[in-house]
Formats: sequence, C-alpha cells, structure tokens
Amino acid sequence: MEIKTKLESLQNEVLNKVKSSADLKSLDQVRVAYLGKKGPITEVLRGMKDLDPSERPVVGSLANVVRDAIQEAIEERKMILETEAIHQALLEETIDVTLPGKQIAKGQSHVLTQIMEEIEDLFISMGYQVIEGPEVEEDNYNFERMNLPKNHPARDMQDTFYITDEVLLRTHTSPVQARTMDKHDFSKGPLKMVSPGKVYRRDSDDATHSHQFHQIEGLVVAEQVSMADLKGTLDLFAKKLFGKDREIRLRPSYFPFTEPSVEVDVSCFKCGGDGCNVCKHTGWIEILGGGMVHPNVLEMSGIDSSVYSGFAFGLGPERVAMLKYGIDDIRHFYQNDLRFLNQFKVKE
Amino acid sequence: MNVSYKWLAEYLNLESITPENLADKLSRTGIEVEDVTVPQEGLKKIVVGHAVSVVDHPDSDHLHICQVDIGEEELSQIVCGAPNIEAGQKIIVALPGSRITGNKKIKKSKMRGEVSNGMICSLEELGYSDKVIPKKYAEGIYVLPENAEPGEEVFSYLAMDDAILDLSVTANRADALSMRGVAHEVGAIYNQKPVFETVELNEDATEQIENYMSVAVENTEDTPVYSIRIVKNVKVKESPMWLQTKLMNAGIRPLNNIVDITNYILLEYGQPLHAFDYDQLNSKEILVRRAKQDEILVTLDEEERKLTPDNIVITNGVKPVALAGVMGGLDSHITDETVTVALEAALFEPISVRKTAKELNLRSESSSRFEKGINMATLQQASEHAAALMVELGEGTVVSGISTVDTVDVKDVVVTTTLSKINRSLGTEITKEKVKAIFQQLGFGVEISADKVEVVVPPRRWDIHIEADLIEEVARIYGYDNLPSTLPKTESIPGGLSTKQRLVRHTRRFLEDAGLTQAISYVLTTPEKASRFMMRESEATQLDMPMSEERSTLRMNLLSGLLDDVHYNLAHNNSNVALFETGRVFYKETDHILPHEQEHLAGVLTGSMLTTDWQGEGQKVDFYVLKGILEELLLTYGLVGKIDYVQEANYTEMHPGRTAAITLEGKEIGFMGQIHPVTANELDLNETYAFEINFDAVIEAEKEPTIYRSIPKYPGMTRDVALLVDETTTNQQIADVIVEKGGKYLQHVRLFDLYQGEHIATGKKSMAYTLAYLNPEATLVEEEVTKAFEEVKTALAKQLNAEIR
Repeated sequence: MEIKTKLESLQNEVLNKVKSSADLKSLDQVRVAYLGKKGPITEVLRGMKDLDPSERPVVGSLANVVRDAIQEAIEERKMILETEAIHQALLEETIDVTLPGKQIAKGQSHVLTQIMEEIEDLFISMGYQVIEGPEVEEDNYNFERMNLPKNHPARDMQDTFYITDEVLLRTHTSPVQARTMDKHDFSKGPLKMVSPGKVYRRDSDDATHSHQFHQIEGLVVAEQVSMADLKGTLDLFAKKLFGKDREIRLRPSYFPFTEPSVEVDVSCFKCGGDGCNVCKHTGWIEILGGGMVHPNVLEMSGIDSSVYSGFAFGLGPERVAMLKYGIDDIRHFYQNDLRFLNQFKVKE
Repeated sequence: MNVSYKWLAEYLNLESITPENLADKLSRTGIEVEDVTVPQEGLKKIVVGHAVSVVDHPDSDHLHICQVDIGEEELSQIVCGAPNIEAGQKIIVALPGSRITGNKKIKKSKMRGEVSNGMICSLEELGYSDKVIPKKYAEGIYVLPENAEPGEEVFSYLAMDDAILDLSVTANRADALSMRGVAHEVGAIYNQKPVFETVELNEDATEQIENYMSVAVENTEDTPVYSIRIVKNVKVKESPMWLQTKLMNAGIRPLNNIVDITNYILLEYGQPLHAFDYDQLNSKEILVRRAKQDEILVTLDEEERKLTPDNIVITNGVKPVALAGVMGGLDSHITDETVTVALEAALFEPISVRKTAKELNLRSESSSRFEKGINMATLQQASEHAAALMVELGEGTVVSGISTVDTVDVKDVVVTTTLSKINRSLGTEITKEKVKAIFQQLGFGVEISADKVEVVVPPRRWDIHIEADLIEEVARIYGYDNLPSTLPKTESIPGGLSTKQRLVRHTRRFLEDAGLTQAISYVLTTPEKASRFMMRESEATQLDMPMSEERSTLRMNLLSGLLDDVHYNLAHNNSNVALFETGRVFYKETDHILPHEQEHLAGVLTGSMLTTDWQGEGQKVDFYVLKGILEELLLTYGLVGKIDYVQEANYTEMHPGRTAAITLEGKEIGFMGQIHPVTANELDLNETYAFEINFDAVIEAEKEPTIYRSIPKYPGMTRDVALLVDETTTNQQIADVIVEKGGKYLQHVRLFDLYQGEHIATGKKSMAYTLAYLNPEATLVEEEVTKAFEEVKTALAKQLNAEIR
C-alpha cells in the first residue's frame, strides 16, 4: 500500500500549498504543478499498470478522491482570492465624493416670466384664453374705449408716452380687452381671457418706479356674471399664487372702466395677517384691482349690456415678485444682472 | 383730503367710534384712508407760558432772557433766540424733560452763562409743515391767544389733540372733498343723519347790490353760474384760533380772516370761493370770458401768466383780474387795507379748468374741485355762510342781494333699476327691505314696487347716473365681505395658448436647457441703438416728448438691449454671459398709424459656457457653440423648408467674416455670428457671439408633424474619406457633392476631422468625413456601397479638385 500512503501525503502537501497561495497566480501554479499532465497524480495513475489488477480499482478510486479534493480546495481558494482581489480593487478605486460634480449649462426663466406663466396656467385651467395685443396703441383703444374720454380727470398726460396725438405706448393691457370684445362671437360661448404684456408709463425710473412694467388682466363676459364670481375667482387666484391659507378682501375703489370697482387685498403671506413690515402692520397687502365691466365699455364693443355682464381684474407681476421675494428695487427686473436672474431657480 | 375727526364730530355722533375704527370702516366701505395721525403724538410736557419779562442777553446780539410764568409759583427763566419774542405774549414752552418733534428731548441748559429751563417753541418745532405755518410766525415763535392759561398743555389750544384722517379720494367721489360730503358718507355708513347748523345772514337793507356790481357771462357753457356778493366795511385781521387750527389741520396756511373764511367754506362745502378787494377791481362790472391770445395776468403767486383762449378769465370789463376757478390776480387780492370784499361763488366748466391748471402748472384746492365737479345745490348757501362769517369775524356788513348769472336748474336725479338686476350683478339674495334701508341710509329717496327700484339721488352725489352706480352703492353699504364667493357658471370652453405662445414657451425652455438665461430689456432706447442690427429697412418710431434721449425710441432689434445687459454684467464682474430674449421690435409703417410689431428672438454669448474646473478646461464660446444651439433649436420646430447658414457681410455691427445669414428656403429669417470687434470695443465688450431671428417668420413657416419611422432591422455600413482641398472650399460645398452623388443608401454625412497646418501644403486643408449607408429593406451588399463610395470620391476629385488621402 505504498501508493496509497504516497497519495495521502501528496494530498496533505497540496492542500497546504493551496492554503498558503497568496494570489491567483501562485494558486494556478499549484494547480498546474499537481494536477497537470506531468503532475504527481497523473504519474500515480500512469503507474497503475504496474499494479496488481486487484489493487487497481482501489488505488484508482483513491487517486480520483485525492484529485477531487485538491480540485475542490483550489476552487475554494480561488473564490477567496478573487473576492479579496475585488475588495482590493474597490479600495483602490475609492474617490472623494465631496468633489464638485461636472457642470451643466442651464439657464433660467426671468422671474417675471415665471410669475406670468404661473398665472396664465391657472387661468388656462379654468378655460381662459391667453390673448396678446399691440404695445403701441391708439388713444381710442387705450383710453376712450376704456371709458376715459379726452380730458377726463383720471387720465393724466404726465403718465403717458405719446407718439402722436392719437398714438401712444399702452398704459395698461386693457385695450386688448376692447379689441377682443369687438371680435368675440358670443354664439360660440362666453369670453374668458387673460392678457399679459408690457405696459409703459411716463415715469422716472427709481427703486419703486419704472417706465416699463408688466400687467396681467383678466376678463370674463357672459350672460350671468356677478361680483360674487369675481370674488370667488380672485380668492382662488390668491390661494394659488400666495398659498392656500390666504384670504382676500374687497374694498371699493374707482376705475373708469369698471363699476362697481374694487381694490383687492390679500392677507399677508409673510405674517399670515398678524402684521409685519411687508404688510405695513395691517395684515393685508393690496395686490389687485378689479370690478364689473362698465356698461359703457361693453356697449362700445357692441355688446348689449342689458343681456351680458362681465368682470375684469388686473395686477402687476413686478409688484407680486417684489412682495413674494422681498426684492427692493424694481430696476433689477430690467438690468438683467445674472446674479439677480439666477436666484430664482427653485420651482414650486 | 385731510379730515379732522373733531370737525366731523360737529355733524355726527362719534362718541362710540374711535378715529381708527372710523378710518377702517371708511376704507372698507367707500373712501380709502391712507393714514390717521394725531398731531400731538410723540410730543410731551409742552405747556402755555406767559412771558412776564423779556430782556436782551448781555453776551449775545440776538438772544433774549425771558422770565416766564408756567403756572408755577416761581417764574422760570428761559433763553430765547426768536426775533419776535415780546413781554406779555402767551407762548409755547417746552419744559425740561419734554419732547418736541423728531423725538428730540429738551433739557435744562446754560446759554452763554444764563440758565435756560427749556425752550420757547415755534410751530415747526411741534412738527408743523412750513407750508401751513402763518407767515407772521414763520421766522419765529408762535404766539397763543391771550386767554391761554399758563401751565396748561398747549395741545388743545392748537387742536393738536385732534385726529386727522388722510382720505385718498378717487376721481369719482369728489363729493368727499368736503367736510359735509364726508359727513354724509360717514352718516351712511353708521346710519346717522348728519346735522348742519343753519346760518342766518342779515343783509343791510339800505344797500343794494345793483349800486355796486353787475356781472355778465360771455359763454354760459364755460360758466353756468357766476355770482358776486358784496361785504363792506370789513376789518382784515388774524382769524380766531378755532379757524386757524381747522385750516392748519387740513393742510392750509391761515392768511387773514377774509381769505381764511373762503378756505374754510371750501373745506366745509367743497365750494371754491374767491374774495376780491372790491376797490381794486376799479369797476362796477364783471365779465367772465375766454382770454385773448397772449393776454397777461399777474397771479397771486406774483407770476406773470401769458394766457390763451383756452383759459376762462374773470375781467373787470377791461382786463383779467382772475383765472376762473384756478387762481386770483395779484392786483385785486385781499390785503390788510381791504375795506370792501367782492365775494365770488361760481361754477366753471371742468375741462377748461383742468386744461388751464395743467398748462400753467397751477393745481390748487379750487381747481382740483372744479375739475371733478361740485355740489351745485349748496353754491349760494356756501356764499351766504361765508358772508355771515365775514360779518361775525370781520365786522362787515352785507349788501342786499347778489348779482348773478345762473343757468343751472339744480335737480335730484332719478335712477331706476330692479331688485333682480341688483342681485344678479352681485350674486346675492338681498331683500327688498334691505335694499330700501341701504338707500335710505345714504339719504336717497327710494320707492320699490314689485321688482322695480326707483332711487332719487340728491345733487350732492353727482357721480350717480346709471344702474351700475346704484348697484355699487348697494354693494359697498351691504359690505363686500358679505358677498358670496362663487365661480362663473358659464358654458365650459377649453382654455389654452395660441400656437405662437406655445412656440415661444418651447423656445424659452429649449434655450434655458442649452444654458441661456432669459433677459427682459427695455423697449425704449436711443435712436442709434434702436437702428442697429437692422433686418429690414424701416424708420424708427420716436416718442413725442421723451423724458430722456436714453429712452426716446422704440427698438427695431433686441440685440442692442441684450448687449447693454452684457455690458452691465461685465462691469459687475460676471464675465460669462449667456442671455436670450423674446419680445417685439417696432417697424414704422407709412400707411398705418400703428407701427408693425414683429416678434423677435435673440441671444448673446460671451466668455465660457462651462468654466474651467478641476476636471479640465471650460468650453469657451465661439461661432460653432452658438451655431450648434441654433441648429438643434431650429430642428425642433419641424420646419418643412430648408435652413441654410450663408456667409453674410452686410451687417455693419457684425464681424464680416464670422457672420451667417440664417435662411429658410433661401429667405433670410435671421443672422448669427460674432459682434464686430469695433462695435464690441465701443460697448466695452469682450469677444461676443450673437443671433437674432424674426420669430414671426418661424411661427408662420410651414411645419411638418412627426411621423414615426420604423427602427432599421438591417445593419448599416460606414465609409470614411479624408480629403485635401483648397482652404476656400466650404464644408457646405463638399457636403453638397457627397449628398448629390451618395447614392440612394446614403443616410448622413458627418465631418469628423478638420486640419490645417504642419504637413499640409499652404492654402490647403484636410477634411475627413464619415458616410453612413443603410438599406431599410435589406442587408447592404458590400459591392453596392463600395461602388457608391467610389463615385463620391471621383466626384469630389473632379468637382472640387480634392485630393483623396
């Protein structure tokens, strides 16, 4: 049984070598050295022909057992070594996750555009059309059709940029309403519109005045439109723009193109109505104007004011932005300083 | 309009209503109250003093040492520098430890060695504006009436314990530009009927107006009412305290009893009056007429006014003595010597008064009321009241009768509406009884039968003519807070944006995603900047009366504004700028009164899009960075027509070698390239790239919808070719040849290398392209591709003299 002993000591020898292999390369060397064609196991098997035929099966099976054990040990060791190698590689690949990321080029919408789009989208969802009109207007559409005849006290030359006696830079977006009412076919449904755009007033620019600014006005004309509908619409609007806890209150006011006319206060979104600097300690912020469309304005567009009624409202996106973000100088909107424009990245 | 709470309390019971509550209620119901101020607020320990003796300070040329009775056992010594201090006067004393205006604390001190226990005050030191302080006391201390009690607080003497409500009266509510009007309004809110004292005027039966004056009016449309009353033997002097303090609290400077009375009546009734010195009129007749061209009048403010026929003037039959409803003349104004007063009460046409006041820049309390209308019902009552006060305060006698031209029939106005109309307009269910009560509260007559509501509106509310006016009255008295909150119950119609609006929004998003930030610049600019980067010929549109050259002309390009923005950013150390703008440009149209407004899109890039960071070099902007953005943007519009970039040297503000016209089917719709270095230099800019596109052309252009094409099932093949060509040969020329000769399976051509320099002959460049082939129907046959590729190479060699490398 010399061979048997030999095989067993061979097994022990190899298993030790496998165990002590430090890397995949030396492990492979062990495999080739012992299991290869010129290795000792093969040699044992080759020497079988010299054995007694009765011993052959015993030795043969023992040789196979030994070979399988060695193979298994090698595989096992290989797994361990491979896992270690991956660990090592990962360790070496570790990076500083606090380094800055690769820049991407990304621009911004102007803050006024953001506010106007938010308002447009709210009214679109309620079935309004967004309608634009000329910035250079006829005196007729800008004033007379808004129930402001020439020399009306509410119409002050100081505030208007005239180009000729009859042509001017619009002072509000209201002329768009007159132009739209002229064309609207009420047999196709009510008129529901918002008109955003630039308007101009003859003013010297300073922190709170700008000769160019924006307005959004809304108009609904239909057979059954009431002041309560205006109140409900503006309430929804205030909640959408300034938060769901906002309330509104209407105060009587005067605009030549609406009767009754109201100014609309929104409960202060900074202090919630308790009083702070933003609301000048009143709890309310004046933010909108509106009213029921004056019958003269309807009639001048050929709309029968005994059948149709309407409401209109308007606001200035600059004022909204200044209040909402605490912007202290209206000129920022038109200087286009990137340090200003890039502040309004957060989209709510 | 400054409204005195105490004055108002003469007409109404305000016992349980604080000034703050009143202000809030007024604001919520009708007239906005901007502010409530109590003049004495912030002041303390300011008392009446009696200057018992006044001697000159030995060490000063202007200081006086005064021994003042301040209601204590011993006299108090106070040093005073005022030139008008005299012994015997009752004066205002700020005691040691007191606070005067501006929260300034007064302490006991020494002035040039003499103890001063506080300070003797002027009105300015109590916070009065110098616009209301009587001229007599403007340069010194104020003197209180003799009956003032030493040691008592001065505030009640000066009516500084009153509360003043600052009413912001809108143009339609001019009825609230008088105390009586405000009293009616407040009465309506609290359901009280204001009570006004009746004034008895005793005329001197022995004197008849006919012997003094006869008035005539040239045009009763200009002057529907004109009347004169005569008050003789008046003594012109200082008004009593109650009158002076009422005027000062209303923001009007007291002058003398006669003028103060007219101002008082203006405040009480809203009726402007004018007092002439009768003897200075030098005439027993007055003619109201239009001024002659260039006629001259020296007004009260000592300004010489050159008049035009737009102005209504009061004349003495020969020459103007006053500008109707605006300002009196200097020659006939009330002086200390005046004995006989001619008191005018009139109604002038609003538009003419407004024009005159505006042209001459003479807005007065009087003109602002005539402009907006007055209560015609109280015109003569106001005049009588004034005359009665001139008797009471000026010791005058009133001549019997008035000389007048009066063409106005003062009547109540009847306006009708219906209950259902009111409720329909407001969205309410207000009862008949409530509506009736509201109109009664307002002091209007009201009859309601079935649905019909008939309202009789008195002349004091001349703003109410139509149904909507009545509805407003109901709404505000009923309370806007009590209105329901509903949404219009109209037929549903889809809302939305127009195609143009959607394209503009898409374009904004695209450019933002490409790294450009949206700018909004000024539309008004200089004539020069307005006319730069012109994409078509047009004259500029200019303002008639610009406020500055800088903002005088409507832009005809967006780039000028964007370049101003770039300049601003560079000056503020933002060296990498990528901006775009959408907006209108304005081209003058000879046959239209309005200019043509064209929507444009423009952008600018300077510096780097991505800056150098720890991972490597940034991306400096150049022509091709910009072009890449535009190519992709234009692709997203799905234009049917072909876009080309054509070398363009005609824009004077653009680099002639680095500018391309952007054409759609051969028609220019915009341009892009580098700003001309000379222009950039003028504007202090670095190397800047820019584009401007006529966005209306994009909006109007035919577009094709997206149609799905199946993903190729068969593999494609590519072939690369490198060419050596003349450096003047363009990429477009080469690409055109390749596409033309590429065969039916050529899918696209991509330039992947461009080289010029070492190893390349001078005047030559090397360009390398990848040609991609695909047959969507079958696997490509190698020989077919090779054959097609060979044809391309042959054509390139032949047509462009290219050397295939």
